Amino acid sequence: MGDRIVLNMTDVVTAGPSLKLEARSLTKRYGDAVALQDATLSISEGEFLTLLGPSGSGKTTLLSIIAGLTEPSSGELWIAGVRSTALPPNKRDIGMVFQNYALFPHMTVRENVEFPLRMRRKSASHIQREVDQALEMVHLSQFGERLPIQLSGGQQQRVALARAIVYKPSIILMDEPLGALDKKLREHMQSEIRRIHRKIGTTVVYVTHDQDEAMALSDRICLMNNAQIEQIGTPDELYFSPATQFAANFLGESNFLDVVVDVIGERHAQVRDGNGSVYNVKAQPKGLRKDERRILTVRPEMCTLSPSDATGDCVRGTVEDIMMLGALTKVLVRLDSGELFTVSNFTQQARSLEVGIAVHVGWNPDSATLLEK
Amino acid sequence: MMNVALTSTLGARKRVGLRRLLAKHQRWFVPAVLLLPMLLLLGTFFIYPVGNILVLSLVDRMGAPTLDQYVRILNNSVYLTVLLETVRVSAITTLVCLIAAYPVAYRISQAGATGRSSNLYFWVLLPFWTSILVRTFSWIIILGRNGLVNDVLLTLGITSAPLELMYNAVSVVIGMVHAQLPLAILTLVPVLEKIDPNLQKAASTLGAERGSSFWRVYFPLSVPGVASAGLLVFISSLGFFVTPALLGGPSNAMVGQLIIEQVQELVNWRFAGALAAFLIFTTLVSFLLYDRAFGISSLTNTERPASSRAAPRFSGGGKVVQLASSLSDAVIVSLRHFRVGRWIVSACGTYVPLSIVVFLTFPILLLIPVSFSRGAFIEWPPELFSTQWYEAVSASVQWKSAAMRSVIVGLATATVCLVIGTLAAFAITRHRIWGGSVVLALMLAPMIVPRIITAVGEFYLFAQMKLVGTTVGLVVGHSVLALPYVVVSVMSVLRTVDRRLEHAARVMGAGHVSTLRYITLPLIRSGLIAAFLLAFVTSFDELTVALFVTGGLFGTLPKQMWDDALLKVSPELAAVSVLVLAVVTVLMFLSERLSQRRLR
Repeated sequence: MGDRIVLNMTDVVTAGPSLKLEARSLTKRYGDAVALQDATLSISEGEFLTLLGPSGSGKTTLLSIIAGLTEPSSGELWIAGVRSTALPPNKRDIGMVFQNYALFPHMTVRENVEFPLRMRRKSASHIQREVDQALEMVHLSQFGERLPIQLSGGQQQRVALARAIVYKPSIILMDEPLGALDKKLREHMQSEIRRIHRKIGTTVVYVTHDQDEAMALSDRICLMNNAQIEQIGTPDELYFSPATQFAANFLGESNFLDVVVDVIGERHAQVRDGNGSVYNVKAQPKGLRKDERRILTVRPEMCTLSPSDATGDCVRGTVEDIMMLGALTKVLVRLDSGELFTVSNFTQQARSLEVGIAVHVGWNPDSATLLEK
Repeated sequence: MMNVALTSTLGARKRVGLRRLLAKHQRWFVPAVLLLPMLLLLGTFFIYPVGNILVLSLVDRMGAPTLDQYVRILNNSVYLTVLLETVRVSAITTLVCLIAAYPVAYRISQAGATGRSSNLYFWVLLPFWTSILVRTFSWIIILGRNGLVNDVLLTLGITSAPLELMYNAVSVVIGMVHAQLPLAILTLVPVLEKIDPNLQKAASTLGAERGSSFWRVYFPLSVPGVASAGLLVFISSLGFFVTPALLGGPSNAMVGQLIIEQVQELVNWRFAGALAAFLIFTTLVSFLLYDRAFGISSLTNTERPASSRAAPRFSGGGKVVQLASSLSDAVIVSLRHFRVGRWIVSACGTYVPLSIVVFLTFPILLLIPVSFSRGAFIEWPPELFSTQWYEAVSASVQWKSAAMRSVIVGLATATVCLVIGTLAAFAITRHRIWGGSVVLALMLAPMIVPRIITAVGEFYLFAQMKLVGTTVGLVVGHSVLALPYVVVSVMSVLRTVDRRLEHAARVMGAGHVSTLRYITLPLIRSGLIAAFLLAFVTSFDELTVALFVTGGLFGTLPKQMWDDALLKVSPELAAVSVLVLAVVTVLMFLSERLSQRRLR
């Protein structure tokens, strides 16, 4: 069901009837340091796009350029078909939720939420109505007269959200909005954000370094690394068809094997590793050449462990460590070739394992992919 | 790749050419406009007059260059003695201040680390803002012929006749230490507060005794603060005249007194200029030495905490540190064997700083009983109780008009400084200014150049502009002196403002003006009020400029007090001092409360 929705979104993106935001080779340099390199990206109306990446990957710089708080060194930004590179932030019709909320400490919750409407010189009755509605939406109707300092972290977060949506901006930017919250509250707020996004249907650009959060919320994820865009796609595409080793490792865990392409078939290709062991992999959409060096990658949860004599593609090794993580158990296997392989299985199935026993690690060829070396 | 990036940059430039051009110019245009008032004020009424005085010392009556004035100083042993005495007294004062300031500053910084608001800090701030005149009077009560010390000695039968404790080098140094100690403490505190308290804990888990962890870890990190405190105390001691004039004898005269004499009695500007040049020369030399060792920027506390450059690396320093650590470790370890010893160790931490603060405040409090004396002279113990001196003060037209004038000048000065200083503070903190360190140095210069030189220079200029004896002249003169305090304190509040709040306002549709009006100004309001009060107090207490710029009847309160003190220090003066003290205390208290609230 979830997959279906994601697929539909992809169609919209590729068809692209209403492009909301377009970045054309945006670059930001600070002296010699490059904070953002040649970022090109388009976001369509109503889409929820996440900029995901480790710190220093350029995601906050990109967001800040979109907001108009940072001026790019080169490149262009188009908002709703209008070139907006040099437009001041107050003319962009953007809402933003800041990392530490940036609630005005000298104003009450209500005054905070009123602020953008006042700046737009709305009538008193309009302000009253819209603020009531926004506070209602974030379940804070009772807290209007409090000062931000009198609220808990989660409540402050919701005020920031209400303040960003109250004037119905055409784009909402969120800069690690849940970073300061603990795990339980963060998950709760994720579903709140999803609910509100569905309700108001605004375009959202969301920044996070948390891959689970990105997967849970996004229509599409823009993965960033080293000031550059690494890969853009639906969570599904990024997870199951990572384009680079970085992508494969940043979203979830992956195991890697250095291989050389042997035989290129219709549905599967055959590769071999340094020891001459042969594996089948899903045929790549992009052209493979024989004798090409590639990296085979397979997700830990796609691997199975069997005591011996397993059929199909497998590698041999010894169990080095077993970590019970609740529903799942993570098994580290030292391969005979010396590399470390991670296998995630349901704890129920991993009961019989012990450190030191010899195992075979196997997987379905369809779940293995080849990455560029 | 490089080429592609380059061409796309050029393309983008061309397309948004005009807008970019404006934005580019905005970058220097806006800060320039913000800084202009400050530059004008300091340029016209500080740099120009001070420079003018120095130039005067180098020309003769006809305007031809000459070194006559300097030859005169060097050929006259009287002048040379005064110059040497000035340096000697300033150096001793500096040394004593540093030793006394360190434990107090340490105590205050530790209190800050544990989150307790420090009362100690207030009791250091109060004397800092109390005028030097008032503080000097209090030493007359203590050291005078009929003073507190003589009273105690006679009562205990140690001496049979009162001793002459005043009018010698010791009384001058005591008075000057008392005057300068708050400055030393207040300069040290921020540096000590920046030292990570975990470092000493880390040192002790690594096996260091308390003595070693202090001397090897804490002390080296505090050296930049000690140096800047020393520098500030030394250079501002050079220009002192109130303390040596009231507490010293003829042989304790300092350059400041000489300059006043040359200007006010002999009207010899050229010679006064040469003396001023000596002061500035000595100031510059100490500055250069400081800059060599630590870098001038560490003075304003604007950059990173205890920078690596500031770590002292003098040769032989290692030996000294080693000796100090083993010595103090030995003392602490051996004391620990006895119960009394343990008590001494823990008491030192509390009572040493406390007694130093008592040394700061107790003399000032003595003024209160003396002001209620029934006698006509300053004596201890005073004959109580009478309000006659307060009645005399309130009946006196002279005192009342002086007070009135001081309040008006203070308010005007504070207003001028707040406007000009806030604009400048915005420019310095919010924009990258070309030659920013020069602007910063210029702004701090009135705090550093001995006031007496500024005052003489302004006197010369105001005489030409017919501003002597006018309120405008006083306000201008005081604004030059108070401006650095305002700029520095507004800069520090501005730094506390979270820029994201302003960004949030901008994103939500607020323009620059609305952001300033609804977000920035409300956030720094209490800081602005505190800065206003500081400027007011600076002006209200100011004597040096008032000494020259106010002629005859139009004196301010401190000027009137000085004139009276030169004749006789009476209980009436004590009464005025107590009133001034009350006003300053209330204002300081308000300003402290406001900045406390800001921090919360």
